[in-house]
Amino acid sequence: MTIAVLNSNPAPAILPGSGGMRGALSDVFWRKPKLLLLLMLLPPVLWLGIVYIGSLFALLLQSFFSIDEFSGLINREFTLKTYGDLLQAANLDIILRTVTMAALVTLASAVIAFPIAYYAARYARGRWKALFYLGIMLPLWSSYLVKIYAWKLILAKEGILTWLLAKLHLLWLVDGWLLLPIVGGNSLSVSSTGTFIVFVYVWLPFMILPVQAALERVPGNLVEASSDLGASPGQTFRNVLFPLALPGIVAGSIFTFSLTLGDYIIPQIIGTSRLFIGQAVYSQQGTAGNIPLAAAFTVVPIVIMGFYLWGAKRMGAFDAL
Amino acid sequence: MTPAVSFAKVSRHFGSVRAVDMVDLDIVPGEFFAMLGPSGSGKTTCLRLIAGFEQPTSGSISIFGERAEGVPPYRRNVNTVFQDYALFPHLNVLDNVAYGLMVKGVGKAERHKAAEEALSLVRLPGYGARRPGQLSGGQRQRVALARALVNQPKVLLLDEPLGALDLKLRENMQEELKSLQKALGITFVFVTHDQGEALSMADRVAVFNDGKVMQIGTPEDIYQRPKTRFVADFVGSSNVLPPDFVQRYSGQHRWGSLRPESIRIGRAAKGDGVAARLVSTNYLGATTRLALDADGLRLHAIVPAGAKLPREGEAVMLTFNREHLHLMDEPG
Repeated sequence: MTIAVLNSNPAPAILPGSGGMRGALSDVFWRKPKLLLLLMLLPPVLWLGIVYIGSLFALLLQSFFSIDEFSGLINREFTLKTYGDLLQAANLDIILRTVTMAALVTLASAVIAFPIAYYAARYARGRWKALFYLGIMLPLWSSYLVKIYAWKLILAKEGILTWLLAKLHLLWLVDGWLLLPIVGGNSLSVSSTGTFIVFVYVWLPFMILPVQAALERVPGNLVEASSDLGASPGQTFRNVLFPLALPGIVAGSIFTFSLTLGDYIIPQIIGTSRLFIGQAVYSQQGTAGNIPLAAAFTVVPIVIMGFYLWGAKRMGAFDAL
Repeated sequence: MTPAVSFAKVSRHFGSVRAVDMVDLDIVPGEFFAMLGPSGSGKTTCLRLIAGFEQPTSGSISIFGERAEGVPPYRRNVNTVFQDYALFPHLNVLDNVAYGLMVKGVGKAERHKAAEEALSLVRLPGYGARRPGQLSGGQRQRVALARALVNQPKVLLLDEPLGALDLKLRENMQEELKSLQKALGITFVFVTHDQGEALSMADRVAVFNDGKVMQIGTPEDIYQRPKTRFVADFVGSSNVLPPDFVQRYSGQHRWGSLRPESIRIGRAAKGDGVAARLVSTNYLGATTRLALDADGLRLHAIVPAGAKLPREGEAVMLTFNREHLHLMDEPG
């Protein structure tokens, strides 16, 4: 009976087009998929090409101009004088401080992110996985400024951290730390340590997510195979998990490193009065009106990131991709 | 002699699921031992218990006389060839094979030499510089084998290693594995759901179902003298005969089995035998498989290709040698 029903199907073997502009357009796109791709990519490519790369190029151009120190006018002639200014002790100090901070923040983020990402990729299932994503993303939903001011209150001398440590009779630990040069200060909220803590807090999700994605793609039986071949858990981590997670760590570190290099709000609200690159750019283009020097400062993180990626590639960080 | 692997009342439960349920078995050193069963029968869990990836819920496991409960995989001199090979994608073939020696602290020159030798053993010399991604399935399988063998394990575990290969390659690898095992003298424990593979390669076979061992014996034992209906049906899809039918021919009221190749097909109404009707024929190349209906009892027969066959739907008379009717332990 079923067969009789099937055989009596009156529809033709080739169905007619659905008609109209839309039907015709669908057929054209199906036959020429590259046309559709071109149409879809054109707007973002124009945006990236003109607005983004264009302004970056304008910035690069500005950095080769110089400022007339008497009139304060910009001298639009090609010169390397502005880059020479970068090498002044005070400016070099700013660059060094920022790069060191960015490197430490990246390292700390990676160390803290790895176990969290590992747990999420290997063990969390269903409801726990949802909770993980919520926990990681939730801080990103609230305002950046609110979080930083909240941290200022936490780290302040009258803040909750001091109160908690006093209750635990551990205040001497923080006081001792704050007495140290460079990392210390009057309180955590006005020390480099405070800046570091808040940087790590704010950028941590950008490290966790790519590392988790990388670990998610490592088949579980590779860990078993390593163990089976006689590798202790530590050896398995060094020889299998870490190399395979490295592209994720590098991807995450690009975020944490470059975001720290460019940020000017966190060090302004929490930390010492010593400047970071972002603050230098802000003050040079604003109060000082030295656009060329601001531009030259901006080029520094770009160059550093370029070298960083080149080095990471040479070290084989992308081999497992 | 101390068994290579010994299970005593071993169970492994996952929640309410009894993946392995009170299993007793002894694997003799140097033998090729197959664990055969359908998916979910507990054979792979047994393998993982030997490797140390799983710990028994109860019972005890010993490997060459030493208790293995609570011993992590990296402290067992046992290596596994994984079902999907589990080669390290970031290492080249040579470093994959040398991995076990590397983590044991063997020097670079020495371990690379040993890895080269292991690659020659599996007939892949000179492939060391390639990445696993550049190899075919059969080649990856050989690399996985070399990676395990280079450690000179006391027991080599193979988890359906031929499952992903095509038929021709699989037959070649079966022969190679068998001769490799003979040459090396290492105990091989082989998990498969393919009864043909188990019968052709193993010295002894354990048939698993529902987490229990149904029967352990030589391939001939298992094939010719199945103890239960499950074994008869799973190994070589034997005809399982109900007690009433068996009683007519053997006088005993027990379940029986009859191999499809033991049944002869005759023209109807000639001599005595089992009257049946031919339902369908399946051409298999060397043989033809016939489905028969004997008064409601579905039987299968296998006849050599080229034999003159009745047409589908025709009445036939089935005969068989009574010695070929095997009585199983299960009473009616």
